[in-house]
Amino acid sequence: MSAATATFAQRMRGSRLLWPVVALVALLLANAARNPGFLSVRLQDGHLYGSLVDILKNGAPTLLIALGMTLVIATRGIDLSVGAVAAIAGAVACTTIVGSSDPTSPAAAVTGIGVALALCLVLGLWNGFLVSLLGIQPIIATLVLMTAGRGIAMLVTDGQIITVRNDFFREIGAGFLLFPISILIALAALVAVALVTRRTALGLLIESVGINPEASRLAGLRSRTIIWTVYVFAAVCAGVAGLMISSNVSAADANNAGLWIEMDAILAVVIGGSSLAGGRYSLSGTLVGALIIQTLTTTVYSMGIAPEVTLVFKALVVIAVCLLQAPKMRARFARRRPAGHPATQPSADADSLAAQQDPADHDAAEPDGVADRPVADAVDAPDTKQKVTQS
Amino acid sequence: MTTTTPARHRVPGLSKVPGIPGRVLPVVATFVLFVLLFGVGSVRYEGFTSGQVFANLFIDNAFLIVLAVGMTFVILTGGIDLSVGAVVALSTMLAAATLRAGIPAPLVILLVLAVGTGLGVLMGLVIHHFEIQPFIVTLAGMFLARGLCFVIGVESISIKDPFFRALATGTIELPGGVVITWSVVIALVIVAAAVWVLHRTRFGRTVYAIGGSESSATLMGLPVARVKVAAYAISGLCAAVAGLLFSVYMLSGYGLHAVGMELDAIASVVIGGTLLSGGVGFVLGSLLGVLVLGVIQTLISFQGTLSSWWTKIAIGTLLLLFIVMQRLFTRRAS
Amino acid sequence: MTDTPRPTTAPTGDPVVAMRGITMEFPGVTALADVDFRLLPGEVHALMGENGAGKSTLIKVLTGVYTATSGTTELRGERVAFAGPAAAQEAGVSTVYQEVNLCPNLSVAENILLGREPRRFGAIDLPGTRARAAELLGRMGLTIDPASTLAEHPIAIQQLVAIARAVAVDAQVLILDEPTSSLDQDEVAELFRIMRHLRDQGVAILFVSHFLEQVYEIADRMTVLRNGRLVGEHLTRDLSRLQLVSAMIGRELGVLEEVERLAEDAGSGTSGAPPVLEASGLGRRGSIAPFDLTIRSGEVVGLAGLLGSGRTELARLLFGADRADSGSVRVGGKDVSLRTPRAAIASGIAFCSEDRKGEGILADLSIRDNLVLAMQAARGWARPIPRRTKDELVARWIETLDIRPADPDAIVGRLSGGNQQKVLLARWLVTNPRLLILDEPTRGIDIGAKAQIQKLVAQLAAEGMAVVYISAELEEVARLSHRVIVLKDRAKVAELDASATVDDIMGLIAETDATAAPRVGTAARTEQVAS
Repeated sequence: MSAATATFAQRMRGSRLLWPVVALVALLLANAARNPGFLSVRLQDGHLYGSLVDILKNGAPTLLIALGMTLVIATRGIDLSVGAVAAIAGAVACTTIVGSSDPTSPAAAVTGIGVALALCLVLGLWNGFLVSLLGIQPIIATLVLMTAGRGIAMLVTDGQIITVRNDFFREIGAGFLLFPISILIALAALVAVALVTRRTALGLLIESVGINPEASRLAGLRSRTIIWTVYVFAAVCAGVAGLMISSNVSAADANNAGLWIEMDAILAVVIGGSSLAGGRYSLSGTLVGALIIQTLTTTVYSMGIAPEVTLVFKALVVIAVCLLQAPKMRARFARRRPAGHPATQPSADADSLAAQQDPADHDAAEPDGVADRPVADAVDAPDTKQKVTQS
Repeated sequence: MTTTTPARHRVPGLSKVPGIPGRVLPVVATFVLFVLLFGVGSVRYEGFTSGQVFANLFIDNAFLIVLAVGMTFVILTGGIDLSVGAVVALSTMLAAATLRAGIPAPLVILLVLAVGTGLGVLMGLVIHHFEIQPFIVTLAGMFLARGLCFVIGVESISIKDPFFRALATGTIELPGGVVITWSVVIALVIVAAAVWVLHRTRFGRTVYAIGGSESSATLMGLPVARVKVAAYAISGLCAAVAGLLFSVYMLSGYGLHAVGMELDAIASVVIGGTLLSGGVGFVLGSLLGVLVLGVIQTLISFQGTLSSWWTKIAIGTLLLLFIVMQRLFTRRAS
Repeated sequence: MTDTPRPTTAPTGDPVVAMRGITMEFPGVTALADVDFRLLPGEVHALMGENGAGKSTLIKVLTGVYTATSGTTELRGERVAFAGPAAAQEAGVSTVYQEVNLCPNLSVAENILLGREPRRFGAIDLPGTRARAAELLGRMGLTIDPASTLAEHPIAIQQLVAIARAVAVDAQVLILDEPTSSLDQDEVAELFRIMRHLRDQGVAILFVSHFLEQVYEIADRMTVLRNGRLVGEHLTRDLSRLQLVSAMIGRELGVLEEVERLAEDAGSGTSGAPPVLEASGLGRRGSIAPFDLTIRSGEVVGLAGLLGSGRTELARLLFGADRADSGSVRVGGKDVSLRTPRAAIASGIAFCSEDRKGEGILADLSIRDNLVLAMQAARGWARPIPRRTKDELVARWIETLDIRPADPDAIVGRLSGGNQQKVLLARWLVTNPRLLILDEPTRGIDIGAKAQIQKLVAQLAAEGMAVVYISAELEEVARLSHRVIVLKDRAKVAELDASATVDDIMGLIAETDATAAPRVGTAARTEQVAS
């Protein structure tokens, strides 16, 4: 890689992770400044305690859902239904456990979890079917389940909040193995996905589909299967997250479990630097993004502000991060535009020439490659339109 | 097509049914659906077939009608506005809090309308000038508006202002003993105004043009930036009006009012036959979409044994039906 | 295409547009250097040059999309600097682009008058709008219903509607940027009739086209650009085709001659070679009529025909990009079903789409990733190509094809068109295909890369690969191919051997044209250009 020869500073400057990491560190430091005990972690009864541990524990469901969402977004999609799916998973697991012969036994918990995840698999298949086979816009296709899903969860719980007393089930969301079990599950999933996508060719294929589905199909990729798979994976992630949420409180609340978590997950992915336009994705970015969101929530809470007000801060973070990552803004910082017309982009031929003559200058500073999108777009635009004249 | 004209053109409208222009076919379908649902209600439940039941559809959904009108503008340009539900909540909260503080009602109304419109303008500016997807910008707007509700107050605030109370209780009697509220009148006036603006002004036609092809609209020399921002401003304004109507309906302000109402608005617009890709659709379709949602709610309440969550499932199913229908039509045409 | 009466006198008068010393610099590149350009009233003026010569940049400077780094633009003797296309239009400079830039969801009348509709009491006067649109269309000799939706009309009519919009503002300058690329012959004739009509009314028309014949048919004068510099301004009748071509491509003509020699060396003695692919009765309704085709190893089969003649459609069927609804295919003597690109790739078929950006490269990925994609897809996701193998492959192909920059991590979207095309070629060559289908591999790339690619095709065939070669440039097809398949109106109409010349091919296309069924819409008013 040409990036390998670049200095660390250069790499950081071009990296999409820079701003998210800075934001996370700033948040943590701000907390530490207000409350010196914030960063301390103590060990008691084989459990770790402390604000940082709380952040990890409470951030686990968001992280898990964001993980699935990252892959969906990488294929140029989005899954709005994950919150509803999480609610359904919790509802199904709890009702199954309560309805079993011995609601306190591990067997009941395992059955409940199994049934819930199987159902999530089906829901993922459904989303994938709408998107990959019927070709419906992902936002809309998953909107269906987002709308109907909570209704289904209510149907399962009959509109009640179902409480369970099952120690085994409780472990998923509230248990500890030194670290909270929930974050261990989420991190294990993250590592597994990272290994599977980066050690095999899956990551490349997913990115290809996201960047250009038709070109990928013509290169022999099974685009539909890949798209379908990521929706199933996202739904299963949502299911596990739903189990964590309901396990943590030992109850299924069809109305409020996982409410707005799809938005948090999308934010985590976007903050982490993966573009909503699909293609290149960053799992480490998603991890940082999810941590930022949870830290923000914790910060607001610890400041004694009503937890609901977190939304305002989330909004500000989203706006700031999106503006920083907007191609227009980056372009404005990155390179000078022809005088007087910051909005115009160089013509295709001019820019191809530029690329030919000066190939080195872009890559050294930006190992991620996606950083300077508008240039690629400028080259793209005229030709993709020409396609209309064919068929 | 074998030897002569190659089918190079794309028809975004829908297939041909004799006697009905393709563009209005989805609206006709929605109308038929509404009549069918109403018919089912009339056959199954006593007292369903009354003018008042019909009028109640409008009374109970006046705010949703207004919201759907604003959403139609945005979706016609090819965008989406997720913030409207939150803006409704913010409007109720703002109205309730300022009224409680003793500010006169007319000023409160102006303030609420200004805040809603302002938020819309802000989102529109960011969407257009920074080229960030409407989805993510309005999502941030939704968070902001919801969060601001709780900045004002976490608890529900009731409204005791005489003007708002008068609006809430005041009714108009139509011939035949049917009673409607002022909210209905306001909603219908807004629908009429929107129809006129969309079809008889350059602004309205530019909204359609942007939805048809934004790059073409730019090259045709149309004021794309202004119109796009204005579409979000209108959506924000409509959300503020809807918020005022909602606060009249509930006589309270609360940060958890209208949770998920943006989805109902989007669903109404889609069921009303507007293409989510933009450029094709009618405000009257959106009105019909709201009425379909309303009649489903009414059916479920008349049934009595069905729980309220069936409404959500029914809306989701209908949404699916219409989306798949849109998809099949456009696929056949392309 | 046959000759038509030319205006007998050269256009005269003061220029309506005069651009002087235009220089346009982008970071790292000078797109235009000190270019002068004059456009006279009542003339059709062709702007000629290869891709990258600066034609579109010059047009964008004129219409205010770009602000020139230096130089002046005068309109009717007054200095102007438009803020954008809209401002240019206000001043009477209208542009019609290659792809129809109208709104398909609106009515014809609205597309013509949007933003300028007659109004009454603040509201759009609908009947007035329709009447005005009908009048404008009538002036161009078109009788389509102004209230009909634009999308209901074929592309050719939409293009004419775009022109109607352009002239609705009383344009004095009409810029037509490759308006004919998606039109067939009759439609081009119709367009030319309207262009002449407008010219006679005093409109100055700036015309850009890649089709030399069309330029010679319609243009009064031409300006030639090369590499951002002005080569010359000529009366069309003073400049022979050969002179024009050498002005456009300059000294590099020699490279093409070399290709020709190479192709000749390869010879045409392939009839004894085993067939790689045999298609019989293969077809798809609405796309291409059933055809038979045999391709032998070591053979370059050219597909010739106008745009929309079915050449791309034929190639897509062979690759499974579209699904055939009739006929059968044998590859290497075995029956195969080419239902998907995957299946075709498994049979050893490769396909470079004409739409390089839309259906070829993955702009955000590196050369390495783009290069191994097809091979990786064939192996499946679970069997990644080992890093070392990958590096070797990539390094080898970058060198073989002279891809620049020679950096495997360079982002493909930033490469020039020619290098992108080479990456695509390499993507398929690493899969070692038996049959390589190239759809317009040389379109829109610079002449050097063009020659390299043609040379490569000849070499590959000499080494035994079967190649299907599609190009709009008949010279290219005739030069490279051992056999030429001629397509017309979405059907195969003839098969010629290696001795076929450009004239033979053109003759066939023109011949079948005379017997073609009349076209919908414009047929009744089409002037018979051919006689």
